[in-house]
Amino acid sequence: MPFLLLVVLNLPFDVFKKRVAFWLTGELLLFQILASGSGYWFPWNICPDRWGIFFGFKLSPDNLSLIMLFTIGLTALVSLLTAAGTLQSEKQRFNFVNLLLIALAGMNTIVLVSDLFSLYLFVEVTALALFILIALDKGKAAIEGTFKYLILSAVAGVFMLTAIAFFLLTCGGVSFNALGAADGGNFFFKLALGLFLCGLLIKSGLVPFHGWLPDAYSSAPASVSVLLAGIVTKISGVYVLLRLYGQVFTVSASLQNTLLTLGGVSIVVGACAALTQDDFKRMLAFSSISQIGYIVLGLGCGTPLGFAGAVFHFFNHAIFKSLLFVNAASLEKQAGTTDMNRLGSFGAKMPLTGLTSLIGLLSTAGVPPLAGFWSKLVIVVALFNAGRFGWASCALLASVLTLAYFLSFERRVFFGKMEPPTAKITKTPGPIAFAEILLAALTLVGGLGFIFIIRSGVWS
Amino acid sequence: MIIDLILLSALLLAVLWTVMTVRLLRSVLGLALTSVILSVLIYRLNSPWAAVFELSVCAGLIPVFFITAVSFTRPISNTGLPAARKERSIRFWYLPFIVIGVGLLLSVYLKTPGFDLPGAVNGADVRVMLWNLRRLDLLGQLLILLAGAFGVVVLFKETKE
Repeated sequence: MPFLLLVVLNLPFDVFKKRVAFWLTGELLLFQILASGSGYWFPWNICPDRWGIFFGFKLSPDNLSLIMLFTIGLTALVSLLTAAGTLQSEKQRFNFVNLLLIALAGMNTIVLVSDLFSLYLFVEVTALALFILIALDKGKAAIEGTFKYLILSAVAGVFMLTAIAFFLLTCGGVSFNALGAADGGNFFFKLALGLFLCGLLIKSGLVPFHGWLPDAYSSAPASVSVLLAGIVTKISGVYVLLRLYGQVFTVSASLQNTLLTLGGVSIVVGACAALTQDDFKRMLAFSSISQIGYIVLGLGCGTPLGFAGAVFHFFNHAIFKSLLFVNAASLEKQAGTTDMNRLGSFGAKMPLTGLTSLIGLLSTAGVPPLAGFWSKLVIVVALFNAGRFGWASCALLASVLTLAYFLSFERRVFFGKMEPPTAKITKTPGPIAFAEILLAALTLVGGLGFIFIIRSGVWS
Repeated sequence: MIIDLILLSALLLAVLWTVMTVRLLRSVLGLALTSVILSVLIYRLNSPWAAVFELSVCAGLIPVFFITAVSFTRPISNTGLPAARKERSIRFWYLPFIVIGVGLLLSVYLKTPGFDLPGAVNGADVRVMLWNLRRLDLLGQLLILLAGAFGVVVLFKETKE
């Protein structure tokens, strides 16, 4: 559908005016949210036989795909709203919409395919659209951020392609079924697994493969930062990890230990690095590395509870990190800077941004009863149940670090004194305010609603 | 056999051009050309799966990435071109000899009695492979081309305007 809309929007002779592009994309994203939320309304559900005959390829949606489609739709909608509030010229907005649709088509297909090569191809489609989106401002920092992302993405691509070649050699095919049925003890199969894991870790931005992430996140335009931090990194790296290591391959003890170590180190290094930042967008970028570490830690448990916790934290992180980046966009627009030393007392001038960012950061730190608390709790309980007491303690202690850097951010930006005082602070643009309220409400509802889910017994 | 020899010669020339050319963009085009010829050779070796992957990735996807990266760099000026060409020729003078040497060695090796290249098992037609089995990948290729086109418009055409 995003591909069809892309074609329609770019028909010759201006059949559709550029200003309609925003609305049509918004409606498409709303449809995706509703359809994935209901689990129906998708073409392959309505006419499964004709779909296959007409298009000639089979898509494989399952519950994990639906959760991902919902998260992708929501984050892309928020990114679109942020773009409406921050991008000024109509041409820039139109370019943004086109590239967003390409990234959307790429991400949607990633979560629907059941073939490793197609998955890799659409990971690269998404990455290519993002390279251009990050450089949309054409500033020096943006070009530098794009360049780092481009180079490390190419390195990840080499790892993944080599792995695919080895999989093809050992399994005779690259479909998930062929990979799942392969002999796990084969040397080339293990080598391919290792190489593919390295590629995924670069795409996920986990320590020590995180070099590109802070620059790309902080230098991108606000709406692109929301998309990148909210969903793209996670779909291109973490989702693939969830899909392959949670469902396709059997997770061995050595792989579990590797994932636990990488997750644990990322949590601590990301949180410590976030503590030392003066630029709030860089602080949020390092915080993302730390939070992705929690998801990998949950996956590293190797138990169904750990996997469920990882998926839940994946969803929650997409929501609260998008919220914090939308707040960052709002602050950057008003203050014209992202340096926390030059900001202060914004709580009184921007009460909505102050309140919603408080909800977002408390959820990130895992304070009850917000959504982030429950997903972290599930991961910690899974770690305890699996006998991983050290990693569980590490996850708990790192939450204190998270709270520390976010409280410092809150104090410096919303309560401190502004030096020198900013003369004009206007009202938060409507679309950004709407995005802030929507995401904050979801964080609250997700947290409070989870209590009822536990009581209903669905979770068990 | 004659077609294979022509293809192999063309492959060697394309490889040499890729390495020896001074302009980065031409080098990328040379790489794409090398991949296309290699895909045909792989297909002729009865391995359409590998040929399709080579064509999709090395001739389609990778050059788009390289062109995007090259677009961020400043092209070499016309005044600096002769000096760069001379420097390149001096630095890589031995490459053509290596290529010819390897070619001769292989031709001797191929004529050894009993030597036979192992053929791949998959014998599906490349059209069937691309259109019936990997149609989704074609959509991906199309999206990559579109993204590349938007990249050129957004980053370069509008900047010039």
